[in-house]
Amino acid sequence: MLRSRLLSLPVLLVLGLVVALVLPQTGWVSPYLQLVISYVGINMILAVSLNLVNGYMGEFSVGHAGFMAVGAYTASILTVWVFPREASPALFPLALLAGGAVAAVAGLGLAFPSFKTRGDYLAIVTLAFLMIVKSVLENLPALGGPRGFMGMDRLTSLGWVFASVVFSVWLARNLVYSRWGRGVLSIREDETAAGLVGVDTRRVKVVTFTVSAFLAGIAGGLFAHEIQFINPRAFTLLKSTDMLVMVYLGGIGSLGGSLLGATVYTLVLEGLRPALQSVGIAQEWRLVFAPLLLILLMFTKPRGILGFRELSFLRPRGERDGAKKGGEPR
Amino acid sequence: MRFYLQQALNALQVGSVYALIALGYTMVYGILTMINFAHGDVFMVSGYVAFFVSTALIGSQLHLAPAVVFAATLLASMFATALLAVGIERVAYRPLRRAPRMSLVITALAVGLLLENLAIAFKPVGPSPRMLPQLIPSTTIVWGGVAFSAVQIVTILVSATAMVGLDLLVRHTRIGIAMRAISWDSALVPLMGVPVDRIVSMTFAIGAAVAAVGGTLYGMTYTIDPYMGIRIGWWAFISAVVGGIGNVRGAMLGGFLLGAVEIFTPVFLRSSTYRDMVAFSLLLVLLVFRPTGILGSPAAQKV
Repeated sequence: MLRSRLLSLPVLLVLGLVVALVLPQTGWVSPYLQLVISYVGINMILAVSLNLVNGYMGEFSVGHAGFMAVGAYTASILTVWVFPREASPALFPLALLAGGAVAAVAGLGLAFPSFKTRGDYLAIVTLAFLMIVKSVLENLPALGGPRGFMGMDRLTSLGWVFASVVFSVWLARNLVYSRWGRGVLSIREDETAAGLVGVDTRRVKVVTFTVSAFLAGIAGGLFAHEIQFINPRAFTLLKSTDMLVMVYLGGIGSLGGSLLGATVYTLVLEGLRPALQSVGIAQEWRLVFAPLLLILLMFTKPRGILGFRELSFLRPRGERDGAKKGGEPR
Repeated sequence: MRFYLQQALNALQVGSVYALIALGYTMVYGILTMINFAHGDVFMVSGYVAFFVSTALIGSQLHLAPAVVFAATLLASMFATALLAVGIERVAYRPLRRAPRMSLVITALAVGLLLENLAIAFKPVGPSPRMLPQLIPSTTIVWGGVAFSAVQIVTILVSATAMVGLDLLVRHTRIGIAMRAISWDSALVPLMGVPVDRIVSMTFAIGAAVAAVGGTLYGMTYTIDPYMGIRIGWWAFISAVVGGIGNVRGAMLGGFLLGAVEIFTPVFLRSSTYRDMVAFSLLLVLLVFRPTGILGSPAAQKV
């Protein structure tokens, strides 16, 4: 499936490096376009992160915007208050990792309810988590409360975004195709059976949730240092819905799908801006697009474009394509 | 003491609105074991229907008495909202009933967001808050040191009537018996000749109509906006889960409990901004220790 010379790993890495490091220097690309590319990258990380839980493990989280918020606030606090200003650019990756780490701790906490509840109930638990994070942030005057937190320098560059995307995909790929990954997939297929054949389902869930939250936290840090202003309202259910759309558009249980979904969704949403303007429709209608797309996807292609299939360059040698086996998990 | 009695009355008022919405969540869950995440936004739509109908009637040349306008608004809102909910079920949920469960959950979430964003984008509604015309006189009766406003009395009486009516309907009518039968065993009951699709449609219609009662009453006291489905809807949802989702009386109990949380959190914590935190923490704690809610019965997983 999709084996192509052009889509080999070295070619893509070089291409990404060129886009990330060379293109901004040439001046050919407008700052707006660079921002869009940066969003594509950040959304790729978010989609990969959510796909681990929703796609590969078959659990259901709508709380990933909460992890993102935790990462964003942690990283911002570090660069604004803790690190000396002139050293901040050099220490930026440290701030990102710290944001991811604190989000991972939150993910650890959120893994526990998933031992007992699945499906709709897990959606409720993760939703409650999201609401609590938002409420806590609104009630911390030191962090600006509902007004938000600012003062970050624009530390997110396309280079850092690119590095983070590569790191995230590498981490997720190694998790998915490891022994752990088999456990993750077995939980999706049948949790009870997985437990009976000796998969430690609790540990697998904890690890997957933690890694997923870690990645969402990193994306949050990048996001915060891209727009240089965060407030609790930026991390609502709507943000989680964006991630859901990207995952289910690109394809569940597929890293390539997440990259594709994030790219297509971000570009289409940005493209709608001038498109709506040219036909004279108010910009508010842009917001109608995401939920409508999600509903249409559920009707026509509930697994997404690349559901359970993987781009060849992301699949280890000797690994079969997931789409060839088994039916629809329920 | 008077202060607390007054607050308890306020809690009863807010709680009845939550209870009315919670009933819709719980009935749909009972019959389809599906959480209708769009229900809060259906409630929001009912508020806007009430707004448009009441302003049109007040602005018309008919010179109707406010009480008549209120009754007409209530009925129109119930009818329109029931129609909307049946339409949503027919178009968005029914085709997915045999699809993987997650598809249904995602669709319900998306339908809710769609309603919200449509309301914002739709010019006559728009993002800014609206106020319904005053249909209930702003008189207050002081009794035993507690001030009963007319709106509070109407809210509590109308909701109580709706809830008692619903309870009777679920317990004693043929439709109610069919609903309970389907929620008892959804595989066998259709074989007995129960028209499942029609009963499901009825459930959505009744749940939405009851939420519309809540939406109209809510609009009598507060301003309405496209986002109210999120906050009020989620609180009502917590009410349903706390009371025991699938259990009609549990939803009422949960509604009043959440009304108390809403009113008494600022009293004890000196700040109203902690309300969401308290409510959702309550939900989390309950889900960990008693996932089936106060009145729910535990469900065993069949292997």
